[in-house]
Amino acid sequence: MAESAETHGATRANPAVALRGITKRFGSDDTVVVAVDDVSLDIADGEFFAMLGPSGCGKTTTLRMIAGLEFPTEGSLKIFGDEVGTLPPNKRPVNTVFQNYALFPHMTVLDNVSFGLRMQKVSKSDAAARARELIGLVRLSGMEHRKPAQLSGGQQQRVALARALVNRPKVLLLDEPLGALDLKLRQEMQGELKSLQRELGVSFVFVTHDQEEALTMSDRIAVMDDGRLLQVGSAEDLYERPVNRFVADFIGQTNLIEATVADGATIVLANGSKVAATTAHPAGAKVFMSLRPESITIGERGSAPAEFRADCLDGTVSEATYLGHAVDYHVSIDWIDLEVRTPAVVARKRYRPGDNVSVWWNRASNWLVAD
Amino acid sequence: MSTNAGITEPRGVTRGVLQGFSWLVYVFFYAPILVLIIFSFSDNRNVGVWGGFTTSWYSEFVTDQPLTTALGNSLRIAVVVTVVSVVLGTMAALALERFRFRGRQVFDALLYLPVIIPDVTMAVMLLLFFTQAAKWFGFSKGFATITLSHIAFNISFVSIVVRARLAGMDDNLEEAAMDLYASRWQAFRHVTLPFIMPGIAGGALLAMTLSLDDVVITQFVTGAGWSTLPVYVFSLIRKGVTPLINAVSVVMLVASMVLVALSLVVQRVRGGSPA
Repeated sequence: MAESAETHGATRANPAVALRGITKRFGSDDTVVVAVDDVSLDIADGEFFAMLGPSGCGKTTTLRMIAGLEFPTEGSLKIFGDEVGTLPPNKRPVNTVFQNYALFPHMTVLDNVSFGLRMQKVSKSDAAARARELIGLVRLSGMEHRKPAQLSGGQQQRVALARALVNRPKVLLLDEPLGALDLKLRQEMQGELKSLQRELGVSFVFVTHDQEEALTMSDRIAVMDDGRLLQVGSAEDLYERPVNRFVADFIGQTNLIEATVADGATIVLANGSKVAATTAHPAGAKVFMSLRPESITIGERGSAPAEFRADCLDGTVSEATYLGHAVDYHVSIDWIDLEVRTPAVVARKRYRPGDNVSVWWNRASNWLVAD
Repeated sequence: MSTNAGITEPRGVTRGVLQGFSWLVYVFFYAPILVLIIFSFSDNRNVGVWGGFTTSWYSEFVTDQPLTTALGNSLRIAVVVTVVSVVLGTMAALALERFRFRGRQVFDALLYLPVIIPDVTMAVMLLLFFTQAAKWFGFSKGFATITLSHIAFNISFVSIVVRARLAGMDDNLEEAAMDLYASRWQAFRHVTLPFIMPGIAGGALLAMTLSLDDVVITQFVTGAGWSTLPVYVFSLIRKGVTPLINAVSVVMLVASMVLVALSLVVQRVRGGSPA
């Protein structure tokens, strides 16, 4: 899916959104804050694109610059090939779903949804007809004359979606749209958003701090931290081939083990044990080995099969947590604590705190990242 | 609902005492008004002595030349004051709430001043100012000076009321409007203005009431032979009170109640978004 979106984007002459060297600084001379630092990226037409990062990483500011609610200090911002960097929001072919929906409290659902059309001088009857169509699309028919305060959070969310989509934007921007919903509703809306996006074929640019949400919904994800763009790629790219320690740690759970590169095929861990790893990092480089908890196997001390002897560590179980679908172990190894997750298959042996164990992994599943 | 959880209704003696007290409060509030209304229909020149039913005080009110002139003055001033102070007060509220500019905090503090300084101080200040200004520009005291004085303190009241409403407004609303193809002006006109309308209506009502009501400041800045209704009524008292004053008071009371009722109705019709 991710690959098809990428190739789809590549065949087009103009990406839906193109950022080149976008920088945003707030404040004056003595107290400058760099919110977005030299970000360049392309978002393809029809792509579900997520911007992911901790709060304050600059993802929302980037989205607001695409919307026209902030203007970049430096750089070029194009929407389908047209430079829009300094255009006000009402002159851009994009619409936004705000984090808290920002529905107009004094207007009915119908007036909220038809607002954009009326501002574009669409006749009152045409505007109402198209608004009703969209209200139907988000399954709120019959609620046209309610006020936002009379709707539940999920319904308000749908109104916000309809209000943006009724204008047939070339790109839809969504700023943490599911943040205010409870878990069950959030999962339901994730599916709905995804299928809506596929149905309409419009690019969705989605800002979130929830990595699981980004992984399940998006074709591609951009990870940001401290104003900088760290990595852009599919969920697999980010999870299996993170570019640095931050991305490895931020996407999913992982064990980060400090190591020094010995040569192209071996690394030395802090306790002196040698572990096999293919790496392009030069000898002597300080790296972190990222090992996902689910790619580690746990077994009786010394029971590792011969082919894994070079990727094996001995330790003691310090904690065992039963999760239903899996068992989560913390294994103490001299100087570190490793998290190991095994499927909770009934026939499989369970370990208790204090058990002496070995842990090993497939050489292909470790991944080295620089600090 | 949930705020009531755990609060039980008082019973027995407690209940009786509380109920009695509530009634006493109402009596304290409304008995004087009731007496006022009753004696406005009394056919006796002495206030407080019942002399049979008559509506003659009301017809005297309508025909009493100085009284109707004073009422006309009051109304004209109130209308101009309300319009000007609502516009200026709302603009001040928007500027203070939306923008960060040099001197904002000073402006903010100065704006509250007319609310907290005593009327007499304000009156003396304005009197000195107008006396000085009259020397330089040569205008007479009366309509203009009273109107300017009322505007001067009403801007503060209006902007406080409107600001309270603005503070409760989501910043994203205007952005959402502009994202939906509204220009800055359209965003203000279609989103911000309707949202703060209850505040503006409340501020207008307050300004009008305060203007119609004012005695102290008006008396200082008014010119010879020029009077508003409350100032004239005040001067009547010195000459001796007749039920005519009761009749005037009742009319003013009814008028202000109609105004309040009207503003409530208007706000409800407009959608009555939560305050």
